[in-house]
Amino acid sequence: MISIKNVRKTFGKLTVLDGIDLTLTAGRSYALVGPNGSGKTTLIKSILGMVLPSAGDIYFDGTSIARHWQYREKIGYMPQIGRYPENMTIGQIVDMMKNIRTGAHTPDEELIEKFKLAGMYSKRMHTLSGGTRQKVSAALAFLFRPPVLILDEPTAGLDPVSVEVLKEKILAEKENGKLVIVTSHILSDLDELTTDLVYLFEGRIHFNDTIAALKADTQEPRLGRAVATMIRQKQLQEPVQH
Amino acid sequence: MRRIIQYVLYDILRTRFMLLYTALLFISTLAMFQLDNDPSKVVMSLLNIVLMVIPLVGIVFTTIHFYNSYEFIELMLAQPVDRKVIFLGEYIAVACSLSIAFLLGCGLPILLYGATPAAITLLCCGTVLTLVFVSLAFLAAVLTRDKAKAIGVALLFWFYFSLIYDGFLLWFVYAFSDYPLEKVTLALIALNPVDLARVIMLLQLDISALMGYTGAFYKSFFGSHTGILLSTTLLAVWIALPCYLSLHIFSKKDL
Repeated sequence: MISIKNVRKTFGKLTVLDGIDLTLTAGRSYALVGPNGSGKTTLIKSILGMVLPSAGDIYFDGTSIARHWQYREKIGYMPQIGRYPENMTIGQIVDMMKNIRTGAHTPDEELIEKFKLAGMYSKRMHTLSGGTRQKVSAALAFLFRPPVLILDEPTAGLDPVSVEVLKEKILAEKENGKLVIVTSHILSDLDELTTDLVYLFEGRIHFNDTIAALKADTQEPRLGRAVATMIRQKQLQEPVQH
Repeated sequence: MRRIIQYVLYDILRTRFMLLYTALLFISTLAMFQLDNDPSKVVMSLLNIVLMVIPLVGIVFTTIHFYNSYEFIELMLAQPVDRKVIFLGEYIAVACSLSIAFLLGCGLPILLYGATPAAITLLCCGTVLTLVFVSLAFLAAVLTRDKAKAIGVALLFWFYFSLIYDGFLLWFVYAFSDYPLEKVTLALIALNPVDLARVIMLLQLDISALMGYTGAFYKSFFGSHTGILLSTTLLAVWIALPCYLSLHIFSKKDL
């Protein structure tokens, strides 16, 4: 569904993505893992067209995304740090998004209900806590029933109950055959949510296979330990946090 | 596009700055009309506001607004919306609200006290200058990532076009006064939108001698109509070129 071909991205002298080749297929869910600054968010932003690659191409459903924007109709994005116009209320933001993404679907308001956001519709964004912002971001990502979900650290900053609500939702969507991409440092979450693991280190992909294969290779039952063993075996410095 | 403009306009109107700006222009224009009975003298005094204050407010407000709506822009970029639409939506909303504020603030008293051709020209010049400096502000804003730096660049544009450029021109004419400089000076005036607006007003008011060397020069070279036509065209270029450049940079920018 999404194929990334030899994508490089440099910011001045700093190389953030160094020749990424990756194919993401519908119906699978990918864990994007790597130390801080390994290029995960840059890769995600490249898929969304917010960052333009210095070289290489990204194809969505077979067509290059360069100079295109319609394909974003099919993506729900939950940013790592949700930044919203500070003076708007939650209700206004939700209305605005509905207004701008006028798809044929009826909006999926399950998360708005479960996070009890409707009761806070008149609160302005600048009065919200970090966790509530995350809830708004999550609700917006799922609102338009997109076939692709890109979630950048979805569970960071959420309370335990909300984390479970969100994880259930992600699993349900995955069962619906959607393509899910999740980045996180909490590997136990990823163990439940994803089928494949992509390990990024210093702008290169060092592992790209199913989680089951990784566990079998390293003979570790838990994803956290399996990743740690893989890092040790491949001698990638800087251990992942878990 | 319409929806984007609508949301940006809503955001601008909520800050009440526009209301304040309109009120300030309205009160000062009204005050000038009350102090002086001769409309052409009032237009002269207003000319100073138009040439100095309008560009300053336009360029500073636009730059600050662009950075304050960064979150909105970021949010829109992840949605199925063309970058060009986002940029042009921002541009049109800001340009319209500043122009309308100016037209209401200065235009209403002018209508009340008699709209002379000179006063109408003044309103046109003010609107065009607003658009020029909105374009320049967008250019300053897309050129840097840092808000403080962008405001610095924007202010530099204003200082340059309002103060420094004229000083440079005077020095140039003085230093090379032994040579025939008419055509060179005319070309140099075209490089400054504030001078262009001033020249249009001078040709309209027929008081070129009062307004320094550049004005007198322009008047003697052009008949009124060619002069106005040429300077209007040049001003249109001053609006379109920075706007086009910033659109181009914005559509290639990493956000």
